[in-house]
Amino acid sequence: MNMGGPDMAPHPPQRSARRGEATARLGPVLEVSDLQTHFFSFGGTRVVKAVDRVSFTLHEGETLGLVGESGSGKTTTCLSIVGLLPRAARIVGGSVVFEGEDLTRKSQRELRRIRGRRIAVILQDPMASLNPLFTIFRQVAEPAFFHQQLRGRSLRERVKHLLRAVRIPSPEWRMREYPHQMSGGMRQRIVGAIALAGGPSLVIADEPTTNLDVTIQAQYLDLLKDIQRETGVALIFVTHNLGIVAKMCDKVAVMYAGKLIERAPVRELFDDPKHPYTRALLGAVPKLGSKEPLYSIPGQPPNLANLPAGCSFHPRCPEAVPRCVSEEPGDFHLDDGSVARCWLVEGKNEAGAHRGRTRS
Amino acid sequence: MATIPANTRLASERAAAGRLKSVIKAVREAPQAAVVILGGLMLVAIFADLIAPYEPTLPVQGANVFDPPFWMEGGRAATLLGTDFQGRDILSRLIYGARVSLIVGLMGTLVAGSIGTAMGILAGYVGGWVDQIIMRVTDAWLALPAIVFAIFLAAMVGPSMWNIIVILGGVYWTRYARVIRGEVLTLREREFVKLAEIAGASKLRVIKRHILPNVMNTATVLASLTVGVVIIAEASLSFLGVGVPPPQPAWGLMLSEARSTLMAGQWWLTVFPGLCILLIVLATQLFGDWLRVRLDPQLRNL
Amino acid sequence: MAEPVLEVRGLKKHFPVRHGLLGRRKTWVKAVDGVDFAIHPGETLGLIGESGCGKTTTSKLILLQETPTAGSIAFEGRDIAGLEGTELMAYRRAVQVVFQDPFSSLSPRMRVEDIIAEPLEIHTDLSRAAIGKRVGEVLELVGLQPDVAPLFPHEFSGGQRQRIAIARALATNTRLIVLDEPVSALDVSVRAQIINQLEHLQRTLGVSYLFIGHDLATVAHISHRIAVMYLGKIVESADSDTLCARPMHPYTKALFAAALPSHPDDPQQERTIAGEVPSALRLPSGCRFHPRCPAAMPVCSEVEPTLQPRDGGGVVACHLYD
Repeated sequence: MNMGGPDMAPHPPQRSARRGEATARLGPVLEVSDLQTHFFSFGGTRVVKAVDRVSFTLHEGETLGLVGESGSGKTTTCLSIVGLLPRAARIVGGSVVFEGEDLTRKSQRELRRIRGRRIAVILQDPMASLNPLFTIFRQVAEPAFFHQQLRGRSLRERVKHLLRAVRIPSPEWRMREYPHQMSGGMRQRIVGAIALAGGPSLVIADEPTTNLDVTIQAQYLDLLKDIQRETGVALIFVTHNLGIVAKMCDKVAVMYAGKLIERAPVRELFDDPKHPYTRALLGAVPKLGSKEPLYSIPGQPPNLANLPAGCSFHPRCPEAVPRCVSEEPGDFHLDDGSVARCWLVEGKNEAGAHRGRTRS
Repeated sequence: MATIPANTRLASERAAAGRLKSVIKAVREAPQAAVVILGGLMLVAIFADLIAPYEPTLPVQGANVFDPPFWMEGGRAATLLGTDFQGRDILSRLIYGARVSLIVGLMGTLVAGSIGTAMGILAGYVGGWVDQIIMRVTDAWLALPAIVFAIFLAAMVGPSMWNIIVILGGVYWTRYARVIRGEVLTLREREFVKLAEIAGASKLRVIKRHILPNVMNTATVLASLTVGVVIIAEASLSFLGVGVPPPQPAWGLMLSEARSTLMAGQWWLTVFPGLCILLIVLATQLFGDWLRVRLDPQLRNL
Repeated sequence: MAEPVLEVRGLKKHFPVRHGLLGRRKTWVKAVDGVDFAIHPGETLGLIGESGCGKTTTSKLILLQETPTAGSIAFEGRDIAGLEGTELMAYRRAVQVVFQDPFSSLSPRMRVEDIIAEPLEIHTDLSRAAIGKRVGEVLELVGLQPDVAPLFPHEFSGGQRQRIAIARALATNTRLIVLDEPVSALDVSVRAQIINQLEHLQRTLGVSYLFIGHDLATVAHISHRIAVMYLGKIVESADSDTLCARPMHPYTKALFAAALPSHPDDPQQERTIAGEVPSALRLPSGCRFHPRCPAAMPVCSEVEPTLQPRDGGGVVACHLYD
């Protein structure tokens, strides 16, 4: 597929990154270090650590799966990256370095110029992202109109180009329609077209396929992979579905109670999960063709306002030791590239393990 | 392998602590002014016999007619807010008048609310031609100006406190019916209602256990906002002479009796009753507003 | 084999749609168009399909929320059409449902004990004490402590609410529970809890399930047999193991291809099918799936295939196997 156009992608099409290969030439696209975001309520007396020292790196053409259940902090992490936190929340520590610039130090005005153009966000419900009153054309054209100053005929061509890129058939006809006239899968693809319109180098997709039918979801995921292959865009995929992670992601970061409890390259995560929570998650997913009883983690995720002492997971952990109850573990790095926040991992790998809060 | 959630008992303890905290928070955030005013007026109305310095219907011994309030020239401390054209103590009349306003306001709202909620539920849940009939009646009712209608009815049946209450209830139920019906239409589609129907619950049972409790929030908020309207209606009826009959004091009646004196300079005869009406309506509106905000988000969480 | 708890034959539900200038022209949305299946005691039948396939309408027909346009539904041998009075109540007592959304299926202003007690109050005349005891029993059955009974729904998490919904569905010695996407709205770890609980309850109580879902892995795990629906018809039906080992209908294969892998190195299936489910108002001629079918033959656009026995047991409706 010819993506053409000078402003379709941040880099010329021939330099597309292949899955698993990091292009270190320009440095990482995104580097999150020790990010801390807290929610303040009741006049500042109650602090909820929604994001508690989260670090990860993302290079061009890579896909990171940000995995967690409700309340794990994955959405808040993404909102922190793009600076769209609700008023009650604030980034209180760490940094978010995007293409060399620290976004946590930027004003909302500067962030507005970045959002939509260099970082795009795709949300779960396409009807929430699309304005029911405007035509498809108008909505897809908006980023190009504002960020690239296109008008008239070149704007129309650009919109048609984008719609074709997300495989919407008959774009000239479709662009005159309204969101409610389209199916869920198509709407989500249009949201994707809007996201790509500014030529971003990073796309954050927050559970974009949750409301889609299974076959539509498969089409959409294939589409995303193709687009990534061709434009080299870096992708953060927020999901609780490990199947999507297995299909789409190069590296995975697992969150629990606001903490990043494990991050690893995708194969290492599935083959040898280090953290008991990751193991439990993998055991809880039904596998096609197997009737083995599912592993179910006893209890529920903790209330972030009332976290247990020590490791946040210890009340539900089948392998907890006394140390887990009193001391919160730090990050332990392992030889195979995994980082896990668990006492049981300490000392596992004499060569590579060391306590620290360094970035990977 | 059955798994029992580890901390379910903790959940109920946590819940109890949470409820206490939320009650305390509610008390702290309540609109103090409104609560003070309403609470104060209620106490005044209940203990009128003890608080009022004089009989409201009899002229004060030793006082003249048209005595001004005590801080003005010619005023006496015995009659704090002055006397009216018959020499009756204004303060005592105001205190007893609170009774009328509150009783008519609250009871009238209760009647309106009961009729309106019942009609709304019937129309919304039963639907069909019952809905059509009730809605057409509501439309017709709403087309009539409420006060005029009330006056007409009052003139027909003759004034007395209870007649007024029933009349005002009968005039103001329609706003309830509309809103409650809308709410019921939404509720009807909610899953827990469908589940009850699937489980075999009779219509009556569904209404009693599922629909009614869930419209109570809206009904309560509507009620608190309607009280002010009913009180003003009562005052208007009294003002026009078809309200609660004299000599029982009512604020509207006091306004009416003193109409001519406003220009003549005896301003206290109209300003004080007017202020009272203003205060109570303001208080109910503030309270109703606060109630609406407080009950609604919770409703959304549920 | 014991008599089926539920037997559906030739079930159809067509909704009229008026259009045209003055609403005079009438077409039909054939939401369910000729469905047959049976559920035996202690068994789970999984119903899988995407939007517009008719699985929700089928469940509504079974729950008597809609009346069929044609066909029959028999419960323990008796046709349920036109049931009234005590017989209707007996049916309602024996067939219950659990919906997808745990947050709207419990009455927010009722205590849990009242919610669970409701079917008992409707169908039995047990004393308050006896009802209270039964409520405690079912709460334990679903893995909750009986002392949570006086609490309100909003004090529970999503997974716990689903347990309460299941408890209510079981209160009256239910024979069949229709589970309409009961775990789709829950977190992964909670899903596992609920599925395990459901399987345990089936083993202990012998209750049957009609499990409606869209996630193949979940449906395959809990179901003994699976029926695949597309645009109002069952296109394939077989034992869960047989179906997973050898899906035959091209749509079933597409569903499997679209299913997400459980490991990054799992072989990526061939390209998934294109297009979307067509509108139910304009059904394709012949086989409903032919416009999207990678193996479509000329006959597929002319003649609608019927369900025929397939390899390893079960049935499939496809000209490839005629």
